Amino acid sequence: MTEEELKQIKPTVTVDARGTYCPGPLMELIKEVRQQPVGSVIELISGDAGSAKDVPEWLNKVKQEFLGVIPGDGYWRIFSKKVKDM
Amino acid sequence: MSKRVVIVGGGVGGTIIANLLAKKMRPELKKGELVIDVISDKAEHFYQPGLLYMLFGIKHHDELVRNEIDLLDPMVALHLHPAIKIDKDKNEVHLKNGVIIKYDILVLATGSRPAPEMIPGLKEGGNWFYEVEACRKLRHELMTFKGGKIVLTIGLPHKCPVAPLEVSYMMDDWFRQRGLRDKVDYTYTYPIGRLHGLEPVANFAAKTFPKHGINSETLFNMKEVDPNKKTVTSLEGVTLKYDILITIPPHKGAQVIEDSGLGQNGFVPTDKFTLKMEGSTNIYVVGDTTNLPISKAGSTAHFESDIIVENIASELRNGLTPFRYDGKVFCFIETGLSKATYIMFDYNTPPNPVTPSALIHWFKLTYNKVYWLTPMGIL
Repeated sequence: MTEEELKQIKPTVTVDARGTYCPGPLMELIKEVRQQPVGSVIELISGDAGSAKDVPEWLNKVKQEFLGVIPGDGYWRIFSKKVKDM
Repeated sequence: MSKRVVIVGGGVGGTIIANLLAKKMRPELKKGELVIDVISDKAEHFYQPGLLYMLFGIKHHDELVRNEIDLLDPMVALHLHPAIKIDKDKNEVHLKNGVIIKYDILVLATGSRPAPEMIPGLKEGGNWFYEVEACRKLRHELMTFKGGKIVLTIGLPHKCPVAPLEVSYMMDDWFRQRGLRDKVDYTYTYPIGRLHGLEPVANFAAKTFPKHGINSETLFNMKEVDPNKKTVTSLEGVTLKYDILITIPPHKGAQVIEDSGLGQNGFVPTDKFTLKMEGSTNIYVVGDTTNLPISKAGSTAHFESDIIVENIASELRNGLTPFRYDGKVFCFIETGLSKATYIMFDYNTPPNPVTPSALIHWFKLTYNKVYWLTPMGIL
């Protein structure tokens, strides 16, 4: 999705993991993807540059949908969609 | 008319808050202008980090337990009846015995518990040490183990994020002492692509695992366990065979939180700085009960408690709540049976484990003995 399209999304849930080191952004996302129903859109806000790479890799491994990233000032807004049960 | 502060939960967070508040607000308590209640479903206060030591026979159950009433300030009222409903619109807590307690300020300190039932087969096939009976069962399994494959798996969310590492290092030492280490194939799995959520700790583990002979499998999130075939399969498509499956199960919050509609899976949406429940002006949330993406650990509850007590006292005395939690957490990390390191971090400062030493290990052993001063509000 384009950045403009991503900006229009109203996420089902937003996890703001900025400034939190433990357990860390990806683990927060995994927890959220597991507990939300199919069809949910999850926005993860991470201050860790690695998240923009780690999150799509994990989503690809577990066959969930990566929608895209909006880079911010020292943080990244990462959007994903739960497309199947897990 | 007196004000009433009601604390639901008698764990480390709830007990510290009750005791610190009773100390700080002594004049108001003595004049009858303030009442502090603690509601707990357990008469005993259990030092949960001690289970890691109980697993290896280093601590005995009785060393890890005190009566909650003995830890509480005498001016705090203890209600040993489970809370079954919290009505935030009417400012009421309903107890199982039918009593309804009204509050001016509520503190939710209901904690979290392992919920192995969330993963198919895990309850039947897995062993964990986060609860007393489960810890005893795993201890028995380990004591009678003659060798084979041990696999450690981790569910999300879970409390004490360093415990999976600690138990792995300690088990390595323990099997060496028993002369069985060469017969044990030990695999540590982790949900993300490195060995710990904290990058410096993950780097520390990557550097030290080879020396300890600990195998690893990252990006491993449990999907299901087959207790008959003794296999655990991940969402990522990897299946591992085991002889003993040790697990840190995924955790859930308290049922009363879910039943009262205060938070999904028992975790309450909370402001990371004020520690107030989102959308509420008179409900604070402490420790594991928050939905904050920070460590579920006793130390987190401890540092949060200081802020909550200051704000409650300030609010009652002058209507202001100026104090903010900065995300401070401190954790010891046992790196075997004779050495330890520690980490300290907050919202703005990443952790950096120091070189493990015997001194830090002794410090941790000492803290295990003096822990009781923490819920009492002394240490």
